[in-house]
Amino acid sequence: MTDFFLPLWNWLHEYVQYTLASGAKALAILLPLFIVVAYYTLAERKVIGYMQMRKGPNRVGPRGLFQPFADMFKLMVKEIIVPTNANRYLFIIAPVLTFAPAMAAWAVVPFDADLVFADINAGLLYILAMTSLGVYGVIIAGWASNSKYALLGAMRSAAQIVAYEIAMGFALVGVLMLGGSLNLGAIVNAQAGGWSEWFVIPLLPLFFVYLISGVAETNRAPFDVAEGESEIVAGFHVEYSGMAFAVFFLAEYANMILISMLCALMFLGGWLSPVPDLIGDGIGWLFLKTALFMWLYLHFRATFPRYRYDQIMRLGWKVLLPVTIVWLFVEGIAIYFEVPLFV
Amino acid sequence: MVESIIFYVFAISTVTTATAVVTVRNPVHAALFLVLTFFTSAIIWMTLEAEFLAITLVLVYVGAVMVLFVFVVMMLDINIALLREGFVRYLPLGLLVALVMLGLMVSVVTSDIFVLDAASEPVPKPADYSNTEALGRVLYTEHVFAFEVAAVILLVAIIAAIALTMRKRPQTKYQDPASQIRVRKADRLRIVKMPAGED
Repeated sequence: MTDFFLPLWNWLHEYVQYTLASGAKALAILLPLFIVVAYYTLAERKVIGYMQMRKGPNRVGPRGLFQPFADMFKLMVKEIIVPTNANRYLFIIAPVLTFAPAMAAWAVVPFDADLVFADINAGLLYILAMTSLGVYGVIIAGWASNSKYALLGAMRSAAQIVAYEIAMGFALVGVLMLGGSLNLGAIVNAQAGGWSEWFVIPLLPLFFVYLISGVAETNRAPFDVAEGESEIVAGFHVEYSGMAFAVFFLAEYANMILISMLCALMFLGGWLSPVPDLIGDGIGWLFLKTALFMWLYLHFRATFPRYRYDQIMRLGWKVLLPVTIVWLFVEGIAIYFEVPLFV
Repeated sequence: MVESIIFYVFAISTVTTATAVVTVRNPVHAALFLVLTFFTSAIIWMTLEAEFLAITLVLVYVGAVMVLFVFVVMMLDINIALLREGFVRYLPLGLLVALVMLGLMVSVVTSDIFVLDAASEPVPKPADYSNTEALGRVLYTEHVFAFEVAAVILLVAIIAAIALTMRKRPQTKYQDPASQIRVRKADRLRIVKMPAGED
């Protein structure tokens, strides 16, 4: 095998080699991601089902395990309907604009000490920039649909995401003050030495702020007013069908997994073991911690009623933001005076 | 080679989208083209190895400022027909402004400051060079005064914006939970004795 392929590989131009290698790496991240998204939707329906004393989907395949594929094929063969008087180009572009940043953000996420696609210095900033781009897909979808419910959903979403992005950004400022770097790998390495070194302990308020604003940023229950199916049908994607809708769906779930993984990386030490003397570090820890937050998302959805819109705004601007600012101040003083937990 | 291709592709798209901002008829499209202009210029900054500034441009301008712009433009009920009229009436003034701008730009570009020989070609920094750190160092030492002044101006702007929107609206019916709780039975209810009727 190698006798045949190695000369072929070397014969390729340097740029072609680079492009192919990067493409393969990107696929190695995105394909597992899609599979996780597919089974996350199943897990969501199962978890919520059992929490509501039902069984959830259990017909397709053993215990309903093939349900995601059935859903996927259904969405693929459905017609994409463009409403009359909708803005055609923007209507088609909107799902792409949501999807592309959601995927691009994964480029800088480290999975293990050396397992990262692009190990850039400003990784954290890059992720913030990419996640803040996703809102355009929502706004453009809402506007281009030429539907009042879609527009209402887009308006709600825009105001909500802008409000919570600030709290989220401030919470991350706390993380990089302790980590001393914008590089995600360096932030994880700064938490080395067992569970007592994890940033979740000195930064507990910021951890909660990040968790809450993460849920709000991804438009999930109890902050899902952008969709609000009991108020505005399905919000910004009410006019979308088939694959166009599936792309929104995929982006939303990929973002949920991303936020969960970032929580694990920045506050719970990522791939580091909580008890390094007993069990070694490894990618398994990262997946376990991520799964914990992913499960929390489902738990929130099944247990909390939806916030009223003005309450969401009050929580974002008048509770979460002041909490982060106060804690940054505390943290700054603690770092200056070298308080034990903060150094 | 690759850098030049990236530069020219994104330089051309920056100019194209910037032109589209002022030429397209639909205000929402114009705002979205402005978003694209910011994004492409961020990539040009990236080719200059200014990663921090490039990502911050996307984060602040594309991710927050322009979202609010698009938000407002979508909410406004803009009469496009009204926007289009008066083209001939404003043409002389517009031409004058354009000429002044053109003259200024030509005088700046042709001056000695901006000729290619004035600045040597920047040397690429090593891979472990963090321009976030470099920028922070300069911002908090050399330029700390300007930085603080900018912060104060922004704070004043925020307070001014809030003060402008904090107007009393007497016709809106707010609930006041405190006064709702304070209510006594005597304030609301009058018990009237009525003799048993013989009608």
